[in-house]
Amino acid sequence: MSREQVLVSIRFALANAGICPPGLPAARPTQAIADPLARFIERATLHACSHERLASLAEVPARALAWLATRGEPGALSVAAPLVGLNWPADLRVDTGAASEATVAAVSLAFAGIAESGTLVMHSGPESPITHNFVPEFHVIVLHLEDLLPDQEAVWTKLRATGAMPRALNLIAGPSRTGDVEQTIQIGAHGPRAVHLLLVG
Amino acid sequence: MSTATGNFESRAALALKDASLQKALGNFKPLFVAKRASAVAELTDFEALRERAAQIKNAVLGELDIWLERYAEAVEAAGGKVHFAFDAEEAREIILRICREAGAKTICKGKSMVSEEIALNPALEAAGYEVVETDLGEYIIQLAQEPPSHIIAPAIHKTREQVADLFEAHHPGRPREDSVAGLVNEARHVLREKFFKADVGITGGNFLIAETGSSVIVTNEGNGDLSQTLARVHIVTSGIERVLPTLDDLSVFLRILARSATGQDTECYTTISTGPCRAGDPDGPQEYHVVLVDNGRSKMLGGKFRDMLRCIRCGACMNHCPVYSAVGGHAYGWVYPGPMGAILTPLFNGMAEHYDLPNACTLNGRCQSVCPVKIPLAELIRTLRSEQVKAGLMPARQRTLMAAWGWVARQPGLYHALERFGSRLLRARAGKAGRIASMPGAAAWTGIRDLPAPSGATFLEQWQQQRGGEQ
Amino acid sequence: MSESPRVGLFATCLMNVFRPNIGFSAVALLERAGCKVSVPMSQTCCGQPAWSAGTDDAARALARQVIEQFEGFDYVVAASGSCIGTLRKYPEMFAEDADWGPRALALADKSHELLAFLDDVLHVEIDAAYAGRASYHDSCSGLRELGVKQQPRTLLGKVKGLSLLEMDDAEVCCGFGGSFCVKYPAISEKMVDDKIRSLAATGADTLLGGDLGCLMNIAGRLKRQGSRIRVLHTAEVLAGRAGGPAIGDEEPQ
Repeated sequence: MSREQVLVSIRFALANAGICPPGLPAARPTQAIADPLARFIERATLHACSHERLASLAEVPARALAWLATRGEPGALSVAAPLVGLNWPADLRVDTGAASEATVAAVSLAFAGIAESGTLVMHSGPESPITHNFVPEFHVIVLHLEDLLPDQEAVWTKLRATGAMPRALNLIAGPSRTGDVEQTIQIGAHGPRAVHLLLVG
Repeated sequence: MSTATGNFESRAALALKDASLQKALGNFKPLFVAKRASAVAELTDFEALRERAAQIKNAVLGELDIWLERYAEAVEAAGGKVHFAFDAEEAREIILRICREAGAKTICKGKSMVSEEIALNPALEAAGYEVVETDLGEYIIQLAQEPPSHIIAPAIHKTREQVADLFEAHHPGRPREDSVAGLVNEARHVLREKFFKADVGITGGNFLIAETGSSVIVTNEGNGDLSQTLARVHIVTSGIERVLPTLDDLSVFLRILARSATGQDTECYTTISTGPCRAGDPDGPQEYHVVLVDNGRSKMLGGKFRDMLRCIRCGACMNHCPVYSAVGGHAYGWVYPGPMGAILTPLFNGMAEHYDLPNACTLNGRCQSVCPVKIPLAELIRTLRSEQVKAGLMPARQRTLMAAWGWVARQPGLYHALERFGSRLLRARAGKAGRIASMPGAAAWTGIRDLPAPSGATFLEQWQQQRGGEQ
Repeated sequence: MSESPRVGLFATCLMNVFRPNIGFSAVALLERAGCKVSVPMSQTCCGQPAWSAGTDDAARALARQVIEQFEGFDYVVAASGSCIGTLRKYPEMFAEDADWGPRALALADKSHELLAFLDDVLHVEIDAAYAGRASYHDSCSGLRELGVKQQPRTLLGKVKGLSLLEMDDAEVCCGFGGSFCVKYPAISEKMVDDKIRSLAATGADTLLGGDLGCLMNIAGRLKRQGSRIRVLHTAEVLAGRAGGPAIGDEEPQ
């Protein structure tokens, strides 16, 4: 078995190399963030996200649709299951399943936000298809401000408290982009072309 | 396994004459170098992060077997499968078998240097699969049938016009696009169809997390995510050295990787994948495989080049290398260019076959000053030269010259006499000009520059006269 | 430490043959600062070419010679970052040698690049004038192996009449690299031309540096292109000995 072959080869190499290096230093360097929300918005804006503040979740449908209207008519909308009970217009087709080639826009609920990097944390699960994060042209992400955490380490702590690691965890910092043609940054590569944040609370 | 013909020198000579390559390399410096500098400068503790990143890697490498076993157990607990590949051939066989058992036809690939290293695409194509590179840069060079010339920006050597030509030739029925926006949009449309069609998605693994059994990829385009989310089978290819103990350790590396690679504070997408899709999940792959590739890494672990296994493939070393900036990536003759390649290529593929690579370096050390995991690249390059000498690979003429010079330098009287003689000879040749335009035996110097002539008798000669050889 | 530190001047091979004025400038600066300068007459090479080529045994043989000749001084000083950089690597060369290892370490600890020594250790005042606009090239070994960056600028800031113009990429290699420049002349040419472009963009009439190898490379290329830019070692300017022909320049008629 190659598993054994590789491990034996590693053990042989380590035995020959002698002593193990010393343990890790205890301190983790991090920079304190004075105003997490201001930092989050500054970074998210830098990553080309637009945003607006909402007083309550009830405002999500109207604000999401108003932003999408500026991007063209989405037709059908993919919406995260926890948001589907909101007051969406009766004539709008709202889909909670996986995104398809026809999906133009999605409205998702973030697991957390990271102030340090202006990042949204999305997790997979029965109520949150991962395809909503990558397939649509336009992506609206709802973040409850009580879920805004200072740094990644705080996200890991929150995750550990929930028990299992989700199958997929996506850290998203703005719309997709590429610099592969003449190193010119072009927004809208394979993932969404625009990301709009609705910050609730 | 080399992908190129000729030797470093001949490829470098071509590169220096390639006007569009030189233009691309000229554009590149202000972007990567300046952006990295400002991204790093905004962190007050970047040096501490580098130090910690290096220490984490050292600690893991010192117990690599233990961490790999923990990682493999965690992957399996999450329903994934781990395959160990001792060499490139075995890695290819494992991946071919997974694709065969999955009844695959189309394979989408995210960016993976390991898959370049094991020459995976030719093997998959020979077996009849449709293989699509989905990172835009990788897609461009796949169409051009070229190896990457940079590990982060694989198509950095291509101009917009060249990309437009390739797209026009390979996308029948589409109008020619000439703008960057148009070209990116065209690729988006063409590849979108492939993502939905793909049976297997193959990605790299920037990091593997033992705590959770997760693989981590970072991208800006979202291509790796679409590849691994839409296909039925997700295969991660990764080197055995990529494992980290915990998610907290990952955070240290995520803070330095994007800053060092592209000068961003973070890439657009960081995706942490743990096993196949679960009960009730509306999407995600049904199978999740990790192929852990050794391919010479365990051997490196026990020798003088262990530090190289800390490498996170950010590309900062090549972005700051004046030789890479002059000749580009293809001159290095394999998938890893720049200082990274000058070490990895001879170690993986043979010191004799790639004799030039560690030698075509001025040992200026700029690479190691920016390396986020503090790999002493210039020192390793010098050590590699020493290994080449020990293996008898130094050309006989140079060996004889070095030996003769070394002997003379241990005979001070003779050494100084030769210096005095040389000084007089050069002064005579220069006359009052102060410099020599051409000189037999010194053509390699005078071919491109004048040789400044000695300004008078040697220092030691003059000192002796003035101070009487005072000690 | 005695009142006047005893300094052994390491007369680097290139300086010895091509530009003795740098050596005499170094002596003048050190003596003005109260040092007692000696020049061991049996010295040859620090071993750098051998170490860089990977011929480790040859390098060690030369290193032993240098250790024997210089270990009696309070300080070892050379007007070259790359030669002192090599002396600082002696402990690595003798890492597994119980006899030579400690001697190598002791020597490395008291070895200093001239400009850093003048500023960091001796805190010298400079009494010199130079009418010109100069740009300083950071030679790689001095910069990255020894941290020579601010010292030459501080010292040059004290020279009357001299204005210092920073070039872009002052820290990028000029393409010398020891044997690199003759093994890969085409790549070296590209690198030195990039350097010269950065230099020319400053409008400087003088290029200064701390390592003669780099200076000969840049001066040689400048002169080939017909440039009037003067190339000098920083020590020559600081010592007030920059009046004669610069590196590669003709003697006055």
